[in-house]
Amino acid sequence: MTAPRDKFGRPVVVVTGMGIMTSLGAGKADNWAKLVAGESGIRTITRFPVDGLKTTMAGTVDFVSVDPFSSTGLSERMAEIVTQEALEQAGIGAKADFPGPLFLAVAPVEVEWPQRRELGRAVGSPDFTYDDLLRISGGGKYSAYHHRFMFGSVAAYLAETFGTKGSPISLSTACASGATSIQLGVEAIRRGETDAALCVATDGTVNPEALVRFSLLSALSTQNDPPQAASRPFSKNRDGFVMAEGAGALVLESYEAATARGAKILGVIAGCGELTDSFHRTRSSPDGKPIIGCMNKTLADAGMTPDQIDHINAHGTATPENDKMEFNTTSAVFGELAQKIPVTSNKSMVGHTISAAGAVEAIFSLLTLEHQRIPPTINYETPDPTILFDVVGNKARDARVTAVMSNSFGFGGQNASLILTREPA
Amino acid sequence: MTDTASKPGQTEVWITGIGLATSLGEGLDANWAALQEKRINVDEKGFAPYIMHPLMPVTFDTQIPKKGDQRQMEAWQRIGTYAAGLALDSAGIKGNKDILSKIDMVVAAGGGERDLNVDTGVLTAEAKGANAPGFLNERLMSDLRPTLFLAQLSNLLAGNIAIVHGLGGTSRTFMGEEVAGADAARIALARIGSGESDIALIGGSHNGERKDLMVLYEFGDFNLKDKFAPVWARKDHAGFALGSAGAFLVLESRAHAEARGAKPFAKLSSVVADLARRKQPGDMAATLEKLWAKLPKREGKGAIITGATGAEPATSEERGFLKGHADFPVRSTGTMFGHTMETQFPLGIALAALSISRGALFPPNDSTGTEIEMQGAPTQIVVVGAGHWRGEGMALVEAVS
Repeated sequence: MTAPRDKFGRPVVVVTGMGIMTSLGAGKADNWAKLVAGESGIRTITRFPVDGLKTTMAGTVDFVSVDPFSSTGLSERMAEIVTQEALEQAGIGAKADFPGPLFLAVAPVEVEWPQRRELGRAVGSPDFTYDDLLRISGGGKYSAYHHRFMFGSVAAYLAETFGTKGSPISLSTACASGATSIQLGVEAIRRGETDAALCVATDGTVNPEALVRFSLLSALSTQNDPPQAASRPFSKNRDGFVMAEGAGALVLESYEAATARGAKILGVIAGCGELTDSFHRTRSSPDGKPIIGCMNKTLADAGMTPDQIDHINAHGTATPENDKMEFNTTSAVFGELAQKIPVTSNKSMVGHTISAAGAVEAIFSLLTLEHQRIPPTINYETPDPTILFDVVGNKARDARVTAVMSNSFGFGGQNASLILTREPA
Repeated sequence: MTDTASKPGQTEVWITGIGLATSLGEGLDANWAALQEKRINVDEKGFAPYIMHPLMPVTFDTQIPKKGDQRQMEAWQRIGTYAAGLALDSAGIKGNKDILSKIDMVVAAGGGERDLNVDTGVLTAEAKGANAPGFLNERLMSDLRPTLFLAQLSNLLAGNIAIVHGLGGTSRTFMGEEVAGADAARIALARIGSGESDIALIGGSHNGERKDLMVLYEFGDFNLKDKFAPVWARKDHAGFALGSAGAFLVLESRAHAEARGAKPFAKLSSVVADLARRKQPGDMAATLEKLWAKLPKREGKGAIITGATGAEPATSEERGFLKGHADFPVRSTGTMFGHTMETQFPLGIALAALSISRGALFPPNDSTGTEIEMQGAPTQIVVVGAGHWRGEGMALVEAVS
């Protein structure tokens, strides 16, 4: 029997439902099978013309239809599907009656090019100013676009569809958003405000402007051919991340509430930590102190020591700077263990799902714990000699895994880490 | 159950710093003076027929000393970073590395301004026949400023505040229009109340001088046009006038504040929020009533500061709710400051705390009778924030006893 409270006297937070979607496919079974087989979901973009772009591939989710199409619409639809999957597994509450709050990690929302072009065409003359666009926007013809492009629209839709309680929170901490959504859920349960929380993260923003924005910051891989080989975490010839779409949903519950209703426990969120880096808008502090502090805070929050972590699900974006920084900071925290703990980057296969990544990778970490098998980091042909991680290269590895650290670092100095375990400590 | 209310034995949370940069001015005295004089800064011409409340110009250098930092931001981030600096100054913790290295930040943000010349250039070229498959890609690749993206990202308001003011604790950005401001206060209060955090910086900023935002709200016919009127006098001429403002607050546990000798403006006793379905008339008013009932008991001299937008049907629903509590004098921040979206709720808390600390509610500015005079010093002010489309929040700000 495990105590319902952790060593700090807080309710233990467990996972009782998970749903996932990536460029590899829909659902846990399909994703896991392809992930451990080392399959890549990265392909040449077909959703829009790629002429004139430096990067022409991405991990798009093309098997979900949204009409009329928008990135926010795709984010919403993916979030709905993964939430459905998570709720079916958890068997919690009743239909459209989830007994807790929603924390949603979602990409920032704005009017998109298809809608902007529709306005441009509606002006009806070849010479116009922005004022002309503004003047024809009213009158009710485009009222659906107002609702679609509210920042809170995805959360409002999910809250109404699944009957979550209270005010749903839409959040962004850039590439750490998914981890932050889980952290908010953990904190709400630990405070005793709720017995359950729905944590969802989604990102469907592979569109021309998003690709151009990251491209102009020189953040993306340009190794377009073959697209499956573009994402090369920890390799010497890595040259940037690959944009990708996906979503993840987790049902969190207090251990006490989950066991009381006889729910199957899929894993434990043993620790969460975050720490801001105030060095630069896109670069980490050269001394790595904020990331080191983030990992240490997470270990402390879990009441664990580095030797108790037996796998690291790395942020591993495959940008030259991130992977090097991640090794250096991990070494500072874990010492020599940093070269012995198996490390993998799911982004080698599914790409960087940006706002969703923290949740997607937490779910892959929990599946790793369940299957006692670590998915590979593919495209690991030429290891970077300065990154001395024990990278699970190219082939999945069976291993005894009891505790995983999952890291997420983002623009704006956002750092967040999670520790996931099979059983309550 | 996602509410935050003081429970017996739970930590008391003080408001120890307020930073305001608004259409009425910079700092607490300038804003208070304008409120006393019922002075509204409204621009009916610059964006005609749309009405807006422009930022009273500030010298950004005083809070954002590096020009390089200012260049990396668009207006909404500069306003917010500026106001955040004022809040840290007000709390007496500006430059205090010990405290700033652990302060928790919860920011309510929308997104940044677009480059209207780029957008218009693409659309007019397409209207003239540019239809090569890669046309949009090529124009965006060559015309977008590389750093513009960082000025647009929602979480980069918090990022810039961290960089400019040296904040090194935690940083979370909430989105979702008006109620994001209430949720930011709600989560920060819950974390301090439960001992997860000692001190937090919360708030938001908004640049209303943006035609791209006006397009978004024009889709729903939400923009106030032609002529300014107080929020309560817009029933047959509905809409909101966007406003520019930054509003930040330092929230702190009583023990943390007392240990460093900080004085409170007021205490933040409770923040509650919900999402009314708003399918039927009365849904939103019912949710406001439910939130009102969840606030701790009001026994003192009370008032209400609301962020009612002027948009319909939300404003009429809210007016119905307010009529049921007519013993509470009402003030509308929308009339005085315009609608600052994510920032309106933190602005409401700021004005509630300021009114309590100055021993008077600011005067009414309304011809419809919704706002009435108040005699004496308020000791409890309820801040109300009902979104123009979705989301309802409420907070109770009280005098420290």
